[in-house]
Amino acid sequence: MSPAHYIFLSVILFTIGAIGVLVRRNAIVIFMCIELMLNACNLAFVAFARMHGNLDGQVVAFFVMVVAAAEVVVGLAILMAIYRARRSASVDDASLLKY
Amino acid sequence: MSHLLAAGGGTNLDADYSVAFFWILAVVAVGAAIAMICVKQAVHCALMLAVVMLCLAAMYAMQGAPFLAFVQVIVYTGAVLMLFLFVMMLIGVSSADSLVETIKGQRLFAGLAGIGLVVLLIVGIGHAAIGSAPKPGALQQADNLTGLATLIFTTYVFPFEITAALLITAALGAMVLAHRERTSPKPTQRDVARRKIASGQVAPEPPPGVYALHDAVDMPALLPDGTTTERSVSRAMTQRDIDLRRDPQGEVTADLEAGANVAPELQLSPGGATPRTPRGVSDGRANVPDTQSAPANGGSEPE
Repeated sequence: MSPAHYIFLSVILFTIGAIGVLVRRNAIVIFMCIELMLNACNLAFVAFARMHGNLDGQVVAFFVMVVAAAEVVVGLAILMAIYRARRSASVDDASLLKY
Repeated sequence: MSHLLAAGGGTNLDADYSVAFFWILAVVAVGAAIAMICVKQAVHCALMLAVVMLCLAAMYAMQGAPFLAFVQVIVYTGAVLMLFLFVMMLIGVSSADSLVETIKGQRLFAGLAGIGLVVLLIVGIGHAAIGSAPKPGALQQADNLTGLATLIFTTYVFPFEITAALLITAALGAMVLAHRERTSPKPTQRDVARRKIASGQVAPEPPPGVYALHDAVDMPALLPDGTTTERSVSRAMTQRDIDLRRDPQGEVTADLEAGANVAPELQLSPGGATPRTPRGVSDGRANVPDTQSAPANGGSEPE
């Protein structure tokens, strides 16, 4: 398959993740949608690496994975702190700055 | 598979297989992604995300990135998703989305924004000149792993060092955020004893079924002053009585009437629909004894 197919697939997956972030209100599910978007980006990076015939894209995808792992660890810790304070994982309930 | 892994850059999958695999994986991945933003339970979301990630891992392998394929399976599906499931376990599976719109028209506008984004990106990428993949042999001299290691430890060695700092910071941050400061001193044994005395109930909760005549678990316990306490009966029993419309203080006949309300598949007798059939009508003695009607008949029949 040509890399273009993979890039269009990654566009579709990225958009689905973005819609999920907009629609869902459970913070964990929003996190998972962000992970989906990062994965879609990785797919595009790997496709670009294959297209250019070098491995730089794969290295970037590797770094994206490392950063995503760190992001998930900190994000989920924040989520648990919010849950302990407000007894809810919904992003609607964490509205202390609104009032 | 070993050919695929040793292929270095590209993949020496047959072109037809490559096309077929791509379409199968793409359909499965997009379907799972759509299901992920539609299902209500967060756990189901995680499972759908696992499906998407595994599809992407297979695609990495097909595109000549076997190292990333394994890292995807080990780090993402193995570690990150397990972390998600752990947090879900701590927060509670009951934290499902209500899927009711709090902002009016939110889902409609989100869908429109998504369509706009996908159109924008596809038009933009469609205008770009995306070349076809070069031949696998011309791609890399060394294999995938050696090439990646060379790049990471020469060109990208500084970002690689930075990721070490990032990971340490993330680990420390997670520890600081997840740590809970104790706001009150830890109760000592003396404090626990004082609180118990002050609460008025020193002894443990009385167990159910202490009557001499009746030791069923739905009988309330007898207190020293002669009264019964409903607290000794499990709440599950009370709920069951309510479900079956059974009077806990009633006679045995009331129990038999309540027995008819038990779901047919939970009836003890083989002919579950008619538990009160008198014994000996057909070949009743050969069957499993009818536990529902046994006490009533046993009392009336002469031995």
